[in-house]
Amino acid sequence: MSAPSPHTHVEPAEARIAPKPRLRRFHQARWDEPLIFELTSPGERGVGVPVPDLPVPDLPPGLRRAEAPALPEMSQPHVLRHYLRLSQENLGVDLNVDIGQGTCTMKYSPKINDAFVRDPRISELHPLQDESTVQGVLEILYRLEGLLKEISGMDRVSLQPGAGSSAIYANVTMIRAYHAARGEGDQRDEVITTQFSHPTNAAAPKTAGYKVITLMPDADGYPDIEALKAAVGPRTAALLITNPEDTGIFNPRIEEFVRIVHEAGGLCCYDQANANGILGITRARDAGFDLCHFNLHKTFSTPHACGGPAAGASAVTEALAPFLPRPTVEFDGSRYHLDDDRPESVGKIRPFYGVVSNLVRAYAWIMALGAEGLRDVAETAVLNNNYLIHKVLQIKGVSLPYAQGRRRIEQARYSWEQLNADTGIHSEQIGYRVSDFGTHYWTSHHPYLVPEPMTLEPTESYSQADLDEYAAILAEVAREAYEDPETVRTAPHNGPIHQMKGESLDDPGTWAVTWRAYQRKLA
Amino acid sequence: MKVGLVVNPVAGVGGRVGLKGSDSPEVQQQAFALGAVARAGERAATALRELLARRPDAAILTAAGAMGEESARAAGLTPMVVYVPGEPTSAADTVAAARTLAPHVDLLLFAGGDGTARDILEAVGDSLPVLGIPTGVKMHSAVFAVNPRAAGEVAASSSSSSRLRDAEVVDRVDGTTQLFGHLRVPDIPTRVQQRKTGSSGITPDAVSGIAAELADLLTPGELLVLGPGTTTRAIAAAWGVDIPVLGVSVLADQTLVAADVSGDELLKLVTATPARIAVTPIGGQGFLLGRGNQQLTPEVLRRVGLDRLHVVATEAKIAALGGRPLLVDTGDDRLDAAFPRYLRVISGHRRTILYPLHSERH
Repeated sequence: MSAPSPHTHVEPAEARIAPKPRLRRFHQARWDEPLIFELTSPGERGVGVPVPDLPVPDLPPGLRRAEAPALPEMSQPHVLRHYLRLSQENLGVDLNVDIGQGTCTMKYSPKINDAFVRDPRISELHPLQDESTVQGVLEILYRLEGLLKEISGMDRVSLQPGAGSSAIYANVTMIRAYHAARGEGDQRDEVITTQFSHPTNAAAPKTAGYKVITLMPDADGYPDIEALKAAVGPRTAALLITNPEDTGIFNPRIEEFVRIVHEAGGLCCYDQANANGILGITRARDAGFDLCHFNLHKTFSTPHACGGPAAGASAVTEALAPFLPRPTVEFDGSRYHLDDDRPESVGKIRPFYGVVSNLVRAYAWIMALGAEGLRDVAETAVLNNNYLIHKVLQIKGVSLPYAQGRRRIEQARYSWEQLNADTGIHSEQIGYRVSDFGTHYWTSHHPYLVPEPMTLEPTESYSQADLDEYAAILAEVAREAYEDPETVRTAPHNGPIHQMKGESLDDPGTWAVTWRAYQRKLA
Repeated sequence: MKVGLVVNPVAGVGGRVGLKGSDSPEVQQQAFALGAVARAGERAATALRELLARRPDAAILTAAGAMGEESARAAGLTPMVVYVPGEPTSAADTVAAARTLAPHVDLLLFAGGDGTARDILEAVGDSLPVLGIPTGVKMHSAVFAVNPRAAGEVAASSSSSSRLRDAEVVDRVDGTTQLFGHLRVPDIPTRVQQRKTGSSGITPDAVSGIAAELADLLTPGELLVLGPGTTTRAIAAAWGVDIPVLGVSVLADQTLVAADVSGDELLKLVTATPARIAVTPIGGQGFLLGRGNQQLTPEVLRRVGLDRLHVVATEAKIAALGGRPLLVDTGDDRLDAAFPRYLRVISGHRRTILYPLHSERH
């Protein structure tokens, strides 16, 4: 055992169990790094390709470029250095306590699952290989489908969707195909959703050609059931609803919602992108739903899309199974195969098998936990949330609107309305200041029905010490708001850049999300 | 930056002693007799302190004494006094002070309520950006910051390049709420309706979506009666039609047929030609009919039919109602009772919000 450093001191036993959180003295790197296109150095190359000894035939004219691609010319170390520097200016998911990304279900993506994906038996597969040579990966997909059937209670699952929104869109196209097959496609042109459901539940059906009706929350924060009764009718194609909603409030009348829609002839589609609080506790099928979807990058731990490809899964009852995207993975008792001969299918929504790398990760995660482990995930996530609620509500200026006295499930939408009235500080400014302590917080909860909102979602990945640290950061920022508001107002102080002018984010005319767009807008 | 300040020293005195406003000298006397204390000057000073903390370079131009000078001094400033009011001060002093300040300042702050907002509207119209420090009893107008501190914050962050929005000035007169016009108010995203971090979805898109939805509903030649308001005006603007914010206008095939029509003229028009009506609730308050759009008479509404009356509002406007129901008061109880309990508010192209409506008869 090494000698104690000057900074260690012995604490009483109970303090070692839950030590007083220490606020980090964090400062992020600042590299003042140009865009990669601005780093170009004519003639510089990453790989020096030798001149071939033998004559190389010219490409056919149709395959030849008229001019060289406008790419930056750089050596390998320059490229590596550029991206490492950028990564140091990020608050990445493995770097911080991501509780403040409420609604995103941030959790640890176990690194061992990356090892499975990097294994040549997965990474070296080619999507055009003959089925007889990919029996192993087809078996994984088939077995993952079986697990998700059990978790949802549904009869069939498609692993084709590329992400959560892709899965919702796939579900909407199946709803459309179902009504069309029954001769009611033209008549049923309305989809109902709720204000606190994920916004894709409005966006996907609208993109698919439906008219979208949004129900507002009632005084307790539940979707207004009287409004639902007024909304349904012979034009209702479906209800798309999240539960628990983004407020963390579970709708105890969900079966009544389903009944009302079914009686009108509509289908019910459960957004279980985030099933983290209900795994092994309740299932979409048990509440009467016809379809649901999962984001494998939320509940099932695979990386979120911004860090790579995401993956979704659509689950349906037998009545909707004929419409599933093709191909499906089938098993005849001895061999696995892809079934592309599905005449009523809504068609292909992706090439090949789906996002196999994430499907393998999700399969490994579920298998490692087992059925009881999944339930532990949900119970821990709910316990974490209610522990954090207890801590956060002790902070001056914060409140938890709606459904007083009712427990939240896996997340909670708080309000800094009182703190704002007292100090003039906004939720968004609190978020900037929180980043000075090396952690993340976002406020994208629009429109702001809850004034000055903050949504915290402490999934099962976070320890009690993590929760205590996050609550301590919030308490410190709230204290500053009351005693030293200037520090909060001018935050961030420890980030790579200072405040952005928000207005430019609101104006598509000033955006440039690509180099080409930037060049066009400069001109 | 130069900021003008006009304080209505008696704004709000009625509220604290249970009176419904402070507009007349009699009410003010009664309020003071009941023990009311004027707080407007103190609240104005709070706003100035916030402004000064953020913009130490701000110069304050104001009126003498309780109409602004005292608030500035309380905030630790030496203001430039450009107007001296009579004693006691009156609405005429508010108008005169605002007119004197307007040519010399970048932004005019005023402390008061709906009555003061009307005086400011009369004095300066849309000639410069204006912002209300809320100190009145009635504050239904959309020109006020949420609290005095927020007023200082918005003032500090506004500049000549700030976006402005048209904000309704409404006031209750003889028991009914009327729309008097619009002031130009700084539209500071972090302080008004919050922006979506890293994304768009702000008003111009939403309004063009509403316009597209109405265009889908209308058949060639069909009339579209547009009620007053900035939402309806923006819808017309999306079609390249300029309509007045206050009156009721009539369009057909996305061109103007008549502006500022009376109830009788409107009845003739909708009797001769099939029509639809689009109205928007008064911001923050929810009145759809019977406030500022009495040209939409019960006869006109019956002739067109309630199923052809469309409510239009952006999501942000609906959110700003804070759950309060929509309200109708057409002056015809039976017609009010015929409205459904929930209305489909058009919030975008193929997007509606089902929102509760309250009438006295429900």
